[in-house]
Amino acid sequence: MQRIFSWACLVTVTASLGAAETVLIRNATVLTVTKGTVQNGSVIIEDGKIAAIGKGISAPADATVVDANGKYLMPGIIDCHSHTAIEGGVNEGTVSDSSMVNIKDVIDPYDINIYRALAGGLTISNVLHGSANPIGGQTVVIKLRWGKTAREMIFEGATPGIKFALGENPKRQGYPAQSFFNQGPAIERRFPGTRMGVEEVIRQSFTDAKNYQATWREYGDRVARGEHPIPPKKDLRLEPLVEVLEGKRYVHAHCYRSDEILMLIRVADEMGFKIRTFQHVLEGYKVAKEIAEHGAGASTFSDWWGYKIEAYDATPYNAAIMARKGVVVSLNSDSDELQRHLNLEAAKTMRYGGLSEAEALAMVTINPAKQLGIDDKVGSIEVGKSADLVLFDRHPLDGFSKPLKVWIDGHEYFDRDKDLETRPEFERKKKALEEKLKAEERSGAEKQGSENASEELRLRSEGIGR
Amino acid sequence: MKCVWAVLAAMLSLPAGFAAAPPAIAIRDAHVVTVGRSDLPKGTVLLRDGLIQDVGPGIPIPADAWVIDGAGLTVYPGFINGLSTWGIPPEESERAPAPGTGQHASEPRVKGPEDRPETNSFERAADLVSPSDKRLEAARAAGFTTSATFPSGGIFEGLGAIVDLTGERGRDMVITQPIGQEVVFRVRGGGMGRSFPSSLMGNIAYVRQLYLDLDQYKRAKQIYDGQPSGNRRPEYDHELEGLTEAPRLLLPANEAQQIDRILSFGQELKVPFVVYGAHEAYRRVEALKQANVPVLISLKWPEKPKDGDPRERPDFRELQMRDQAPAVPAMLAKAGAKFGFYSDGVDSAEDLKKAIKKAIDSGLSRADAIRALTLNVAEIYDVSDRVGSIEKGKIANLVVTKGEAFDAKSTVEYVFIDGKQFRPDKNGAK
Repeated sequence: MQRIFSWACLVTVTASLGAAETVLIRNATVLTVTKGTVQNGSVIIEDGKIAAIGKGISAPADATVVDANGKYLMPGIIDCHSHTAIEGGVNEGTVSDSSMVNIKDVIDPYDINIYRALAGGLTISNVLHGSANPIGGQTVVIKLRWGKTAREMIFEGATPGIKFALGENPKRQGYPAQSFFNQGPAIERRFPGTRMGVEEVIRQSFTDAKNYQATWREYGDRVARGEHPIPPKKDLRLEPLVEVLEGKRYVHAHCYRSDEILMLIRVADEMGFKIRTFQHVLEGYKVAKEIAEHGAGASTFSDWWGYKIEAYDATPYNAAIMARKGVVVSLNSDSDELQRHLNLEAAKTMRYGGLSEAEALAMVTINPAKQLGIDDKVGSIEVGKSADLVLFDRHPLDGFSKPLKVWIDGHEYFDRDKDLETRPEFERKKKALEEKLKAEERSGAEKQGSENASEELRLRSEGIGR
Repeated sequence: MKCVWAVLAAMLSLPAGFAAAPPAIAIRDAHVVTVGRSDLPKGTVLLRDGLIQDVGPGIPIPADAWVIDGAGLTVYPGFINGLSTWGIPPEESERAPAPGTGQHASEPRVKGPEDRPETNSFERAADLVSPSDKRLEAARAAGFTTSATFPSGGIFEGLGAIVDLTGERGRDMVITQPIGQEVVFRVRGGGMGRSFPSSLMGNIAYVRQLYLDLDQYKRAKQIYDGQPSGNRRPEYDHELEGLTEAPRLLLPANEAQQIDRILSFGQELKVPFVVYGAHEAYRRVEALKQANVPVLISLKWPEKPKDGDPRERPDFRELQMRDQAPAVPAMLAKAGAKFGFYSDGVDSAEDLKKAIKKAIDSGLSRADAIRALTLNVAEIYDVSDRVGSIEKGKIANLVVTKGEAFDAKSTVEYVFIDGKQFRPDKNGAK
């Protein structure tokens, strides 16, 4: 764990500075995801974008040339469900509807998990609020531009989202008997305590949002008529829900059971908003048709379930079944560990469900890009898209594969060799710093000791003593 | 003994350390570090009626002045703590739990921003200060005469005041108020606490909401005052009134990403603000300089935790922070960014001295250190017209040392607050 931070620090500087250079990656097996595979292909990166793809294309003389030696180039991996790099709490679980909070405010760009994920080929994360309440906080899509500030990591132009959560997590009522992990005083029960209550919170919040919308419309009308009415209050809880109603903010809804998936679709139809993605959605295979009809995507797990009651009736064929029913499906991590090898999660859809290689890769590239509304910019290797690329030593769907280099916007943010090279130097630096601090501590203590001694002498000589 | 009147005071059995106020005091031919202007290698400072009546080389000493021979002494403006609770007795600040802290099971759970959780924006340090605060003696012994004192408790802590660290009654201590509103982010239970807000993002959202409310409140009042007839009157809002009065906001940011966050958040709120904490500011010197936001640096330097697990190996960033935090003042000084110091819970004279010395050892010039403890803080709070330097007409707050301040062997010989002389008790001032 400690070791990994090392190279991170040193590599940062080289990765992130200066304008994007022109890069030619040649001799690669280019897995475009959307346009087939190009054997012995080349990709040219200019101004952070993919400028050309093909065989035998040439780059300007000043281009940096990377010889892939037949290794595999794929689009940067995209995770549609992450809680990485959040500072000061993933949930604002104290209220039933915490839509006033925004993950964008609390991204920690120094979180080492960003770099570790990068080392696994991940380039984009949809960073979500937790699932403690029916309506959680606002979400943000980040690019893993390690070494940059939080603001610089934010995916410009990506539609912001909001987290919803159905089922067991939100109905735990803020952990009634005791506080979380039995710390501190017992917690008063917080609404809701049932699935019915979860539905009620969402319906009530949207009812509030519509009233709020109407209040502001009326205010706008009065101002337009030349009146000077007192403006209504801005309500940070309802603003994002109005954006949802207006289609300006995506709903990412955590769910497991088919009944509650249908419930949310009904509430959405009734209130007039769209669900952009169902998250986890382990029983999605039962209601894939309805999910597809609503136009929602599904972001699920590959082959893990059974960690709570609502997660029992599951199948590893879930992703493949939903995909075959016309749902745009992605595989997500929900975990700082799993986000480092989502390519292997994708591979499981070939084993369970018989998806093609391209379909499997799409589960962690172009499909999550579609779900996040960024598929015009990222998610596949196509001319004009951002140069978010990963070079794997083997086929990324091979269990032994590992990323060698990762580019975001044409900048190299990870290089395995450089990383390994710099580890001893980093360890040396760290040891030196530890020694320095220890020495200072010792000298401080000694100085302190002698000062105390001389003070005592002085006091004694003055006949005061202590 | 340099002066006879200290003995006189003892004979009159006045409270330890204080002398009966003479009509005027002249510190004659001392090394005077005025801070505002150039140093006087041999200058006299004349104090009368709690003010600096005159300062300069060879100024005439009136017949009624008691004289202190300044040979071997250095006179500085009294040090100002940039942010503390000094003067508010700890028992006083614990007296009433802030509404909505969620610390007591009997209290109703806070359901959202509308319940105004942990909002003591209306509390006034000026109403809470008292000379009975036992920490004041140590503060004076370290050369502090003044503090930017804020109430404690809550997210919005309340309205601060510039206070002198002595007086007969609390009200004598107050120089001016309100000087600002302090914000503390209260992250409890990692977001799964009892009452809103318990996550960092919840805290931020709450502060943001309150400033939106304030915006609306001001506009509503303005519109209503312009035309009361036919409009519903806006409700009087206790918490927002506290915000209205604050000329500036104090926002916490210690680590680099927190500094980034607070710089943009403060700008978003459209209020003048000060960043406090700043231990990792060595990564953000340029950003702070460019934002032109004043910084208050905590004197509680990051250290190895006292009872930490000896097997634990902190990460590189943490080690760097321990190593480089004391160099932040020097770096900000070099960049020309405005900064001051604050005690951050370091209360003993010895520890304060040591902490400031550490900044000097890490490259901060003594002149810059003195400035950061005096005029800079005064300027940050816009009170440099009355404190912060030795200048004719300013409040007679001085610290007089034997040897240069913060040298290991230097001692604080006298402290003057509002012209009142105080002699640190060298035995008790720990």
